[in-house]
Amino acid sequence: MKGAGDSSSLTTDGNILIGRAWIFGDNINTDIIIPFRFKSRTNDPYEMAKYAMYGFDPDFHKKISKGDIVVAGRNFGGGSSREQAPVALKYAGISAVIAESFARIFYRNAFAIGLPALEIPEIKGKVNQGDELKIDINKFSAEISRTKQIFQAKNVPEFMRQMLLEGGLVEYYKRYKRFPWAH
Amino acid sequence: MSASSLQQQYHQQKQDIPHLKSILVDNSLTFAEKAISIKNVEARNKKSKVISATGDIVVVDVDLAMAQDSTGPLAIRSLDEMGIDKLHDPSKVLLIIDHTFPAADEKVANLHALIRDFVSRHNCLLVEGSISHQYILEYLATPGMMILGADSHTCQAGCVSAFACGIGSTEIAAVWATGQLWLRVPETIKINLSGILNKGVFARDLILDYIGKVGEDGANYKSLEWKFSKENVRKQFSMDSRACISNASMECGAKISVFPVDEITRNYLNQNPRIGNGNLEKIEIQSGDSARYIDEFEIECNNIEPQVSGPDNVDKVHSVDELGNLEIDQAFIGSSTNGRIEDLEIAARILKSRKVHNNTRCVVTPASVRVYEEAIKRGYVEIYLESGAVFTNATCGACVGTHLGALGENEICVSSSSRNFVGRMGALSSKVYLASPATVAASAIEGKIADPRRYM
Ligand code: SF4
Repeated sequence: MKGAGDSSSLTTDGNILIGRAWIFGDNINTDIIIPFRFKSRTNDPYEMAKYAMYGFDPDFHKKISKGDIVVAGRNFGGGSSREQAPVALKYAGISAVIAESFARIFYRNAFAIGLPALEIPEIKGKVNQGDELKIDINKFSAEISRTKQIFQAKNVPEFMRQMLLEGGLVEYYKRYKRFPWAH
Repeated sequence: MSASSLQQQYHQQKQDIPHLKSILVDNSLTFAEKAISIKNVEARNKKSKVISATGDIVVVDVDLAMAQDSTGPLAIRSLDEMGIDKLHDPSKVLLIIDHTFPAADEKVANLHALIRDFVSRHNCLLVEGSISHQYILEYLATPGMMILGADSHTCQAGCVSAFACGIGSTEIAAVWATGQLWLRVPETIKINLSGILNKGVFARDLILDYIGKVGEDGANYKSLEWKFSKENVRKQFSMDSRACISNASMECGAKISVFPVDEITRNYLNQNPRIGNGNLEKIEIQSGDSARYIDEFEIECNNIEPQVSGPDNVDKVHSVDELGNLEIDQAFIGSSTNGRIEDLEIAARILKSRKVHNNTRCVVTPASVRVYEEAIKRGYVEIYLESGAVFTNATCGACVGTHLGALGENEICVSSSSRNFVGRMGALSSKVYLASPATVAASAIEGKIADPRRYM
């Protein structure tokens, strides 16, 4: 997988992400992920990354390691349409987000900017802080290394997965000179 | 193109939609199914009838694609990175500078300049100093229109029966480039309204009550269709109050939130002439009698009391009594949710000949230039100033803590704005409670959360 943020922890086949889990609860909204007054004053993704999860912990971006994975409860990314939310996470080094469910716009935005978003209701209570997770973008599944449990994420249309594999809509367009849904 | 040259009226544009009539009369389809079916690109290309059913992924023609000053710069960046230098149809592209207007600092000013430069390069539409959703309602939205906006509350235009929903920046850039986007046809929840709202209870209380019952994700990915049991129930919902409900439906995750077209819609559109591509032929879409709903919900308006939601989550809803006596530092009346003329009117009625409490700041912000002018004309601004409130220009401002009413450490605000999330209006330790403009005005006077019925 490619990405403008180049934040993915890559293995040789390019579609496996390995990272450590950060656990969050329900209703982590986009105001928590990046407050308006910061995101509205820059157009630079690396600057946005400094405020990733600011509403949870202003130093979050310093505490995570490249490739870490957010594991959250219900309705992750609710609220504003701000694409800066997945962008901030991606450029801060988060390689993917797993949640019991996603808010609609965040989910679309995550695919559009090439941040894998896996909806897995069954993940609830199964992952501990710091657990190693292995995400397979081809199979759209996640494995907890500690317990060897594998969870299948909610299916997405093939064009959305293709968009992810390219690193998002911009990368997809640069390569194919068309949008993945175009007739 | 500036807003002033936009003011010129266009002729009504006929829409070439295959099998339009037969789709509109189909009794088995929801609003969302009909609205998406008529904008289905495949059907237009083949000149054939294609019914888009719930759950289908459909590529649609988009009539209006909006971004504002905090989502536009990222959209422009994405377009530049893709190397796209031509827009599909500039007359369908709208940029609005509303969130931090006028610029509060140098960083914001630079991003505003980026937007103005983009607009002048592409000759698309630019509006400055009205909140996008209110401007779209006042000038552009029309029944059956397909409106996508890089702002979550774009769903507000469902109040005139448009298919309107929020998306992100890079996808809006794709719409600017091609005029199209994919959508999934959403499941629909039907909400049956009956009864009459009591004195001191408003549309905002109704929608907060609903969100409190279904939760912040209670309508995630869903279409909401509002229905009325009787004539007198329907008539109590003015366009301003419908706009409030459609707007705030975002707070339970709704994709669209739609009111049926009736004479209130038609009168509103006649009194507020459409401009530019708002002159698309109106397509009145009514859901069919045998349409399939995933859920139905009954709301008896007469049972609703003034609601206060917060802090930190919109679905944390209380009756005003439960929170009465909570002292506040600021009272904010404004935002796209509740900054319309009816909201300013009720606030003025309550604040007239009274004073804002000594320990409280009261900020009133109209949702648009038109609302601003009307408030001056009707003498509300004098009332606010005499009461000790501040009246600002139209902007998102305090709603997102960007300027004109941001909160400091541990401050408490009661607000008619959209959200009460952690740090939404300023410091992470500040707290926001949401309520109707009437409750906010009553609270401003008492310096604590107060029941507006005392002032009715
Ligand atoms: S007023 Fe608030 S809710 Fe409305 S568009 Fe502005 S920021 Fe969004």
